Amino acid sequence: MTYFPAVLLFALFASTVFGITQRETPVRMFRYGLYCFSLFVGSAIVLSWLMWLIAR
Amino acid sequence: MATEEIKNAAAGSGAPTGAQATPYGGFVYMPLIAGWLVPGAGHFLLGKWVRGSLLAASVLGMFATGLAMHGEIGSEIHNILDILGLAGGLGSGLLYMVARVAGWGAAQAQTTVADWGTRFIWVAGLLNVIAAVDAHNLRTGRKS
Repeated sequence: MTYFPAVLLFALFASTVFGITQRETPVRMFRYGLYCFSLFVGSAIVLSWLMWLIAR
Repeated sequence: MATEEIKNAAAGSGAPTGAQATPYGGFVYMPLIAGWLVPGAGHFLLGKWVRGSLLAASVLGMFATGLAMHGEIGSEIHNILDILGLAGGLGSGLLYMVARVAGWGAAQAQTTVADWGTRFIWVAGLLNVIAAVDAHNLRTGRKS
């Protein structure tokens, strides 16, 4: 498994648990889960580019 | 009016302050313990089948992915981080114990991917603890 699929799987599982446990209604759970997922994946992409720039 | 009813219900049941009356009976810590031992079981006990299934799928998925990546289970404890890792793994309850007894996973992470797998196993345990506490909050009425 490469890094990006691992990030996607990690984000999916963690966001599902965060969404269900941190909000009360199904719609808000879904929205919060989606928010967490995008933050996980987005921050991984941003940090990866930052590390690439630093390494140059 | 509604506030008084909630206060009376909380006082009568001996529930913590701020808790609402709940339709659930039985031992108050049972969802917490069941949820820790078996992912999703705390929510199943409370009749929250969809939430329980999604939580179980997430925790089991995270744990299984960690195993598939040859993450460590049952490594020896050398420093404080290893103790934290053990605590994280134990959060998966029976899953971690069965995996340890059955000898699943690697004794030592040999590759970078295996190191990620170890983290997946730790985080699966931590997510399971969050889910078990959520089941307890549902049981006590702190959450609906």
